[in-house]
Amino acid sequence: MTPLAGYLLVAALVFAIGLAGALTRRNAILVLIGIELMLNAANLNLIAFWRYGPHPEALTGMMFAVFSIAVAAAEAAVGLGLVISIYRHARTTDLDEMNRMKG
Amino acid sequence: MTIVFWVLAVTTISGGLAAVLLKNTVHCALAVTGAFAGLALLFLQLDAQFAGFAQILVYIGAVAILVVFAILLTRGSETPESGVFSRTWFAGLCIAAGVFAVMAWAILNSVSALPHETVAPDVSVLQIGNALMGRYVLPLEIVALLLTAAMIGAVIVAMHEKGDVK
Amino acid sequence: MVTTVDQIFVILQHWFVGYLPAILQPFAGVLLNVVAIVVTFPALFAIAVLLERKGLGRMQNRIGPNRVGPYGILQPVADGLKSLTKEDIVPFRADGVVHFMAPVVLVVVVFMGFAVLPMGRNMTLVHMDSALLFYFSMGACTELAIFMAGWASRNKYSLLGAMRAVAQMISYEVPLLMSSVAVVMITGSLSLDKIVEAQNHYTWGLPHWYIFTPWGLLGFLMFAVAATAETNRSPFDLPEGESELVAGYFTEYSGFKFAEFFLGEYVGMLSISGLGATLFLGGWSAPLEILGFMPSWFWFFAKIMLSICVFIWLRGTLPRLRQDQLMNFAWKFVLPMTLLNLFVAGLWRFLGDGWVRWVVCSAILVLAYVFVGRAEMHRKHYGPRSYRYAE
Repeated sequence: MTPLAGYLLVAALVFAIGLAGALTRRNAILVLIGIELMLNAANLNLIAFWRYGPHPEALTGMMFAVFSIAVAAAEAAVGLGLVISIYRHARTTDLDEMNRMKG
Repeated sequence: MTIVFWVLAVTTISGGLAAVLLKNTVHCALAVTGAFAGLALLFLQLDAQFAGFAQILVYIGAVAILVVFAILLTRGSETPESGVFSRTWFAGLCIAAGVFAVMAWAILNSVSALPHETVAPDVSVLQIGNALMGRYVLPLEIVALLLTAAMIGAVIVAMHEKGDVK
Repeated sequence: MVTTVDQIFVILQHWFVGYLPAILQPFAGVLLNVVAIVVTFPALFAIAVLLERKGLGRMQNRIGPNRVGPYGILQPVADGLKSLTKEDIVPFRADGVVHFMAPVVLVVVVFMGFAVLPMGRNMTLVHMDSALLFYFSMGACTELAIFMAGWASRNKYSLLGAMRAVAQMISYEVPLLMSSVAVVMITGSLSLDKIVEAQNHYTWGLPHWYIFTPWGLLGFLMFAVAATAETNRSPFDLPEGESELVAGYFTEYSGFKFAEFFLGEYVGMLSISGLGATLFLGGWSAPLEILGFMPSWFWFFAKIMLSICVFIWLRGTLPRLRQDQLMNFAWKFVLPMTLLNLFVAGLWRFLGDGWVRWVVCSAILVLAYVFVGRAEMHRKHYGPRSYRYAE
């Protein structure tokens, strides 16, 4: 197995774990954690492809990863802000109980 | 495939698994921090120093702290008696397993096409800075705008509404 | 002779490593450096604690520790023995694993920061291209350790202290980073070795330290404020305010774990002083050209100990801030000033040599300081306070 395949497999596994977390947990914050894991797995893919790709000096994959980290930070801030605002409104972060369109 | 890689891979994956499986929400947040750290070390293992340190700074220094703050603000650290997994957990697990199976199948089928060990690229921070200010200056500006908008948005969303009953 | 004294630690290391088989040499060299760091800084920690207790005592018109050894100089040894022999108590409801991990994580990440600090000519453990980024990423990890300590203790004082500490450290990390970015902009490198090198030349026997420029002076002051807050030192010691929160996030720690927190705090102080000295005070370079004959490591450690004395002086002088004052100060004064400082550093870079840039940059900074300061004073009534009941 080439090293790249190893990194890709790890990234795929982390992505699947994050997806499972996002789909199975009740708590909205843990769903966000799952999404963060998925984003991180994508970053690992980008960096691995950059490292073993034909033109690492072009820095494309690395730049993608750096920008993706910045976007993930913004996503986390807004997402958690939303969770807190929902909690204030509905007194819960349990996603199964948030089944009303009407506030 | 070195031993270091396997150790880091196991750390990352077990951190991720613990974050998904543990009952206590704060434990989940701490476990996901472990997974973030493992991923940052994997970045360093891939000679991406800048991205690795940025990962530690942003994820462990900011995102993990935000998550634990949100957990404490929403009293999420108390385990609900209705269980921590949603009613449709089985479907979710099946979807995740399916996604992993497809991706693993794709990767293992293309192993022969993947490049072998290459020499480590020698990238200095200077080059990254020049790239950020040259070729990638437009994305950089857009990210700056996005972060500003996100910050203002997050503050407004999380701010107390007028007439909010405590 | 002068070079021998200057390089004595490097020569000693080569001499020692030379006795080992070739295959072990790189590994042994690194290990030796790590051991040196792990021994030196706790020793400095002991000196700093003694200085603090003695100095604070003098400032508060008492003698300070004077029982153990001559003039009480063996007090740190007694303190260490005491904390090692005390019983380690873990609260019944505490989260055992996290409670145990917190001090370990704190001490480890605090020591990691020293890996990139240049402590003398050729005395950097790891020559890293993105050293400053590494330092700050390690600094960011301490917040998590503090949160772990406060949360795992299951004590309201601990949790409140941890929440305060994390909020404060997040708020002051932004100006800390921003004031360092000005230095990075002028030097054009994140490597601390290069930052020291850029400051290590002299005109008329005077050094080119960054603190002797308008942006550098303001940057240094803002860095000092942020560093004081980052290490939870007085006047920013709300997270462990004794009168409100017992001991803050480490209330429920005793024995060796308490000592670890204590060590982490002081070593963090030494480390951030080292970073400040490296960024603004020329690192290991001598303050005057004619003093260049003294070893470079002496100057580095002298600068660290001097700033420790300033920390102690501040603690003896200033009263503790209130939480809202702390946050207002961070977001409404320190952060805008560091942002302006970035702009001024850019101007400084592009105005070229000559007196014009001195005048322009100083004028902008002084005006901004005066106006922002006045506006804050008016709005918040920060003016002089009268002690109505104490007269």
